[in-house]
Amino acid sequence: MGLLFHIGRYFAFLGSALRRPQKARVFIQSTLIELEAIGVQSVGIVALLSLFMGAVIAIQTAHQVSGWIPAYTIGFTVRQTMILEFAPTIIPVILSGKVGSNIASQIGTMQVTEQIDALEVMGVRSISHLVLPKLVAALLIFPFLVVISMVLGIGAGAWVCDTAELSSFADYKYGIQMDFSSFDVTYALIKTCVFALIITSVSAYQGFHTSGGAREVGRSSTKAVVYSVVIVMIANLVITQLLLT
Amino acid sequence: MIRVKGVDKSFGDKGVLHGIDAAFEAGQVNFIIGRSGSGKSVLTKCIVGLMEVDAGTIHYDGEDFTAMSQKEREPIRMRIGMLFQGGALFDSMTVLENVEFPLRMFSDMSSDERRQRAMDCLRRVELEGAEHRFPAEVSGGMQKRVALARAVVGEPKYLFCDEPNSGLDPQTAIVIDNLIRELTLEYGTTTVVISHDMNSVIEIGDNIHFLHEGKVAWRGDRKGILDSGVVELDTFVYASDLMRDIRTQLQGR
Repeated sequence: MGLLFHIGRYFAFLGSALRRPQKARVFIQSTLIELEAIGVQSVGIVALLSLFMGAVIAIQTAHQVSGWIPAYTIGFTVRQTMILEFAPTIIPVILSGKVGSNIASQIGTMQVTEQIDALEVMGVRSISHLVLPKLVAALLIFPFLVVISMVLGIGAGAWVCDTAELSSFADYKYGIQMDFSSFDVTYALIKTCVFALIITSVSAYQGFHTSGGAREVGRSSTKAVVYSVVIVMIANLVITQLLLT
Repeated sequence: MIRVKGVDKSFGDKGVLHGIDAAFEAGQVNFIIGRSGSGKSVLTKCIVGLMEVDAGTIHYDGEDFTAMSQKEREPIRMRIGMLFQGGALFDSMTVLENVEFPLRMFSDMSSDERRQRAMDCLRRVELEGAEHRFPAEVSGGMQKRVALARAVVGEPKYLFCDEPNSGLDPQTAIVIDNLIRELTLEYGTTTVVISHDMNSVIEIGDNIHFLHEGKVAWRGDRKGILDSGVVELDTFVYASDLMRDIRTQLQGR
């Protein structure tokens, strides 16, 4: 089927997902469960990756600049890389592998085992009931994960500079404070929220349109990750062009 | 009462239902029977609104379901209970949470009242003690019974059962049949059962529709089904050696 068909169907799906919940209490309970599944269970992987990436960026920068560029450049580079790109883009891309595939396989399994039909027959608006809590939870928790990533990455850079004697802590601190623009953080958080929306909605869309059996659930899960990453990359370019130029 | 009039349904060039007329009475166990691929499941999905008909109408107690928008259908859907072939239990919820779910969504009952009502239904299907287990932790027969408890917990006006006995041992199948019969009489529901199982049809079928190649080839009650004179229905009913032996014995008397 054509690309336009899928785009139209995706936006119709998103419209259904954003409808008012039928029962506020059930919605709040589902959102809290999703906050735990999407957010709390992702803190470990986000922390681990951020620590290593911050340390590696610091070492690579020190290797590039040693001798001919001021040492504070290391702190500056780690900060800019973490705030502008690694935390707000690479972390959501990694989360699309974890969260996106989980959403697609969960909803896809519900679809092929008639659980979604069961909701519809009862009179439950299945798309809104299943997807809205995930969207809200992702929009709430992704920014927190990204801020955690920024802080840990920059902290890991400081630690490795000190431990490996790449630069003094004073130089590193000067670097991370130099020419700091708070708008960079705003830009990063805007990106993060857009990516959270893309990852959860595209994955849920793939799950909802699964038919068949276990093999199709697996395929939907793979498609969810691939399409989410591609759309996130396109959105990254568009948002960067709009906000930073 | 549910009335189906002139319903057609196709998938691409392949016609599945052709001018189906049927009436499912309240307080009766109505059966839709037929061979695999005869259109039973498609007809049921059209009746409950999971598929849209190409032509024809479906009336729930005089209300034209086919002419309604999805939102307008919600009040009718809240009065429908459905037992799916595979159970369709929510696997992230316990047995009790599954049964409570329709009440959580659509009733103003307190938590205690909901629990009480759900436990009553679980007792009814002889599943007291399994309430804290997950669907994956109970047998297929128990899953069917949980699904039946969930279908009736809201005291539905319309009850649909898709192959309620498939995959069950004969004893459990009889338990499920009897429950469907009791619940139909007790609540006066319009019950529609889709089945291949001739034992069930003969045990509890009040009003039977036989589908053949997307058309209603015969309708009647359980007495008439054994001697319908319709070749396709006879072939379906007397497909097994056991049924043929029973016919021979009956004819010999």
